[in-house]
Amino acid sequence: MTAPLEPTRPLVEVSGLRKSFGENHVLRGVDAAVPTGSVTVLIGPSGSGKTTVLRCLNALERPEAGAVRVGEVAVDFSELPSLGRRAAQQAEVRLRAQSGMVFQSHFLFPHRTALENVTEGPVVVQGRPKEQARAEGLELLERVGLAGRADALPSQLSGGQQQRVGIARALAIHPQVVLFDEPTSALDPELVGEVLAVMKDLAEQGSTMVVVTHEIRFAQQVADQVLFLDGGVVVERGPAAQVIADPREERTRRFLKRLLDPL
Amino acid sequence: MDWELLRSSAWPLLQGLVLGTIPLTAVSFVVGMVIAVVVALMRLSPVGVVSGAARVYVSAVRGTPLLVQLFIIFYGLPSLGVTLDPWPAATIAFSINVGGYAAEVVRSSILSVPRGQWEAAATVGMDYPTALRRVVLPQASRIAVPPLSNTLISLVKDTSLASTVLVTDMFRVAQQIAAPTYQFFTLYGLAALYYWVVCLVLSTLQDRLEVRLNRYVTA
Repeated sequence: MTAPLEPTRPLVEVSGLRKSFGENHVLRGVDAAVPTGSVTVLIGPSGSGKTTVLRCLNALERPEAGAVRVGEVAVDFSELPSLGRRAAQQAEVRLRAQSGMVFQSHFLFPHRTALENVTEGPVVVQGRPKEQARAEGLELLERVGLAGRADALPSQLSGGQQQRVGIARALAIHPQVVLFDEPTSALDPELVGEVLAVMKDLAEQGSTMVVVTHEIRFAQQVADQVLFLDGGVVVERGPAAQVIADPREERTRRFLKRLLDPL
Repeated sequence: MDWELLRSSAWPLLQGLVLGTIPLTAVSFVVGMVIAVVVALMRLSPVGVVSGAARVYVSAVRGTPLLVQLFIIFYGLPSLGVTLDPWPAATIAFSINVGGYAAEVVRSSILSVPRGQWEAAATVGMDYPTALRRVVLPQASRIAVPPLSNTLISLVKDTSLASTVLVTDMFRVAQQIAAPTYQFFTLYGLAALYYWVVCLVLSTLQDRLEVRLNRYVTA
């Protein structure tokens, strides 16, 4: 059925994404490729479209044009309207199932414990046996440093702990790629480190990640490639060392300067 | 005040309460809540015809008196060939009425759950019905309890209208005893007291339920 994979074929491919909210053209043709096991960091000023790109990868937003492929699942968004509502939704659900998502404000299920948050997807959606999902959930919580807090409700956890549960929840569905939408932007500064440490650990263990963040040091240390977006287009892309330390574009340079030296 | 009559009426009225008022309230509320959830989901539907139908239903229920709804179903429908006994007629009328009011409560409670909860549910793979059942409704229920308790408490008292379509609820029992004795104050006062006690019990249950549902909100 499936064509043999070329060794160089990236895990995630995005082409020609266009999206507008009313008169506001958020994405004006974005292309990107994410190799398996690599970390891609999207940076850019607010309103640049970086979060929207991320949300197109799992079809939380529906772009007007463009295509997204994650692994074997590809969606051509310009075709969706002609498919009919049901078929279009099914295509989006299939694409969404390929990735896990960590939100800026975690969006944990407040009425479920940390462990239940993690096992909800595997048990309820994927139908895995409860005991197996529990065991794996505990392992994931341990991996994010929360072995002892499995039975805590989200409201009983600190912001950093909540976000780490969010990461465990995203990993529990065995996604091919994990998407992070400004995972530390809503945190108190002293809690940022614990979340970034978990993310770095994931990256070192070979997870494919796409991260929207303002944490430039994280990008420098962990990212394989950095994409700088502005005005709905990718202005500059390249290895982290090059884009951050030695940007070619004037807009990138100005943005980084503002970020690193806000005064 | 006729104390002897009061004593001898206490038991028949209690029977009217337990065999009439309470079952009529309970059945109507349960059926009404089922209607309410269905109508609320219809109103939230992106399909115009569906949400429009739900809107008309809510508007008609809220825009007409309960007594008139009751009379249409019991006295009016027979002229269209549908004749209902007092009990089913009253149950249907109250269920429809509760459904209309509670639908708005359910709808606004669902809308008050942050969008991010829907998105988080979607990203762990849930479809709309699963997200609704596992994530959104449990959170919406916390918000819905106080206004729905209002609806329930109103319903307890509104069921006294069933006496006008020949249902033997507590109020009808009180009327039957009062009529030949002319002891209206005694009988209706006693009925009022019974209604009040039932509503006090419901308020207490509401408080407990709120505490239970709120436990995950505050640390």
